[in-house]
Amino acid sequence: MFMRDKLRQSLAIGALALTTTALPAIGQETQGRTVAPLPAEIEETTELVPTSPVADSEGTADAGLESNFGLGRAATEAEIAAIDIDVMPDGRGLPEGNGSYAEGSSLYEEKCLACHGENLEGIKELGAPALIGGRDTLGSDKPVKTVESYLANASTLYDYIHRAMPLDSPGSLSADEVYALSAYILGRGGILGEDAELDAQSLPQVQMPNADGFIADPRPDSL
Amino acid sequence: MSDDTTHHERYGPAERRMVRQMADAETQMLDQLAQDDADCECREGMFPGVSRRGMLFGGAALGASLLSSGQAAAQAPPGAIEYPVQPDSTKEQGRLILDDGGYGSRSQFENELRWRYPTDSLDSSWSMTPLAAGMGIITPSGLHFERHHGGIPTIDPEKHSLIIHGMVDKPLRFTMNDLKRLPSVSRTMFIECSGNGLSEWDKPTLKTVQGTHGLTSTSEWTGVLLSTVLKEAGIQDGAAWILAEGADAAVMTRSVPIDKAMDDAILAYGQNGEALRPEQGYPLRLLLPGYEGNTHIKWLRRLEISDKPFMTREETLKYTDLLPDGKAREFTLEMDAKSVITFPSGAMRLPTPGYYEISGIAWSGRGKITGVEISADGGKTWNKATLQEPVLDKCHTRFRMPWVWDGREAVLQSRCTDESGYVQPTLAELVKVRGVYSVYHLNAIQSWHVAANGEVSNVHA
Ligand code: HEC
Repeated sequence: MFMRDKLRQSLAIGALALTTTALPAIGQETQGRTVAPLPAEIEETTELVPTSPVADSEGTADAGLESNFGLGRAATEAEIAAIDIDVMPDGRGLPEGNGSYAEGSSLYEEKCLACHGENLEGIKELGAPALIGGRDTLGSDKPVKTVESYLANASTLYDYIHRAMPLDSPGSLSADEVYALSAYILGRGGILGEDAELDAQSLPQVQMPNADGFIADPRPDSL
Repeated sequence: MSDDTTHHERYGPAERRMVRQMADAETQMLDQLAQDDADCECREGMFPGVSRRGMLFGGAALGASLLSSGQAAAQAPPGAIEYPVQPDSTKEQGRLILDDGGYGSRSQFENELRWRYPTDSLDSSWSMTPLAAGMGIITPSGLHFERHHGGIPTIDPEKHSLIIHGMVDKPLRFTMNDLKRLPSVSRTMFIECSGNGLSEWDKPTLKTVQGTHGLTSTSEWTGVLLSTVLKEAGIQDGAAWILAEGADAAVMTRSVPIDKAMDDAILAYGQNGEALRPEQGYPLRLLLPGYEGNTHIKWLRRLEISDKPFMTREETLKYTDLLPDGKAREFTLEMDAKSVITFPSGAMRLPTPGYYEISGIAWSGRGKITGVEISADGGKTWNKATLQEPVLDKCHTRFRMPWVWDGREAVLQSRCTDESGYVQPTLAELVKVRGVYSVYHLNAIQSWHVAANGEVSNVHA
């Protein structure tokens, strides 16, 4: 026979699982489920909840058709600040703090060198790209794209290191540390001097060699 | 692929390394298949790439544990459960209902797999869809291609929320439950990584369609229109861009034009009738129909509305298209029309002359596919293929054409047109404008050479 008993046993287990977890009785706590709770569970309207046509005394808005569904709640400043980490080319989003090439040099050795190499050349086996080099190669037969040769804005360097590096401990660097590492990498790339110091004022002023290297997408008018 | 090395000197070191690794891994996989073929007496020979032995790039250890035809093996293929094959399935009852635990599995005789592109970094890597085995237009969720820059996060949907802020009247925070209560939409559409085909600019490099085209997949996605949520927050005058940010270790970010966001962008929580797969962004993913895959931010946690693009690493150092003059195109967001024949395709062998159905997929980021033509003589003459309904906007479209192979050499090509009138270009036309270093957005006509012995290979013709 075809393992009949064993199968029967698992059927029983399956059926049990079905009644106890997959189909909670009506009114039972549905915690842990990922489907939306029924509308009956809408919380009382508080001042944090945006205006809803449901609660619109004027009765002017069309309920639930275009906007003002009354769903979601106001995001607090603290909630936004906790994850609003991006930095823009004009310096918007840069935090207070500063860091120097010298500080960056020792930080690099401690936190980055193992992957990106002594000379920022990148370590192939680890998939870590070169951070400098390749200047004036972009139009050649061997284009080398790095922070030094290709990047148009220093803000991108700050933003990326802060959000994603070091790869084995992302999001662990302080603002001072990211300024210092940026100064060091840009210094090693010959974009800044070895006496460089960066902060929210100076970083957006950095002139990247490839600042004018990008053009808009001409498609679909051209291939 | 030893004869490739000198050729790829022309690329930058990173691209060169990538292509070499990719070719090596594919060769390794094909060797494994050849080995399996040799072990198997029942070789049919027609579909080495689409047989139950499957596509297993860079996974030799796993490959060895997979089934060979007709033989029982200790371990079932991923996604399958190994059951004893009944000598006569009409003479005894089959296994019982729910023996699979309540969530089904595929047949133990099917083992198509995504293939991980062998990047040096395991955290930042990608896997490709086995297109040769695909049927219809939907990619099974478990075979949808992947691209991660910081691994796959495990996120509790109860704790996940989406914050919308910046140039809005009311900064808002939505839980997953909030989002699921908003009016929902479903849309079947492709996502293609703009790096799809990056190994093929200079010369034919990979052997199979999984390698050359496997970074495109189609799912039915369900979620809420981003415009619904943005109207809820109230977009302010002067807003032009939105930063979308993921909650993975790369905290992936891309800037999206506000017009696109208000047009057809979707905050998706569903894929093919169930919740998103973790590797596709569970619990929430931004979908931008027709845009390059990298912009479809997974594990979405934040949207910031702004007047300017943010110039993140992924839209500057990466995903920009370098031209021969050293300038690079930025924000090349739309995926142009593209098609590929998936049967017959590279590394297959047609066993005998005679009837075959040529089949493949076409898609465009600028609308519906309006036509696909097929050539069997390398582009000299073309015939219209049949398009399988439904033909959907910004979606894989299946095409077919009957073909009687006379046993002589042939070069098969497909060329598609979309509703904007755009015709898929030849590689030569593309290279003339963009050179061979632009990495991204290769959408040229693909050529498969059919040799007199039936072997199909990747060529530039
Ligand atoms: C464990 C290895 C590892 C460590 C340690 C590490 N990185 Fe990286 N780094 C990588 C990898 C891998 C990538 C490529 C990631 C990708 O492509 O998604 C990368 C990418 C980068 C880039 C983007 C370069 C480009 O051209 O796109 C910068 C900048 C960078 N790292 C800076 C740093 C700094 C600064 C540190 C030290 C604080 C650091 N990294 C530590 C592995 C590492």
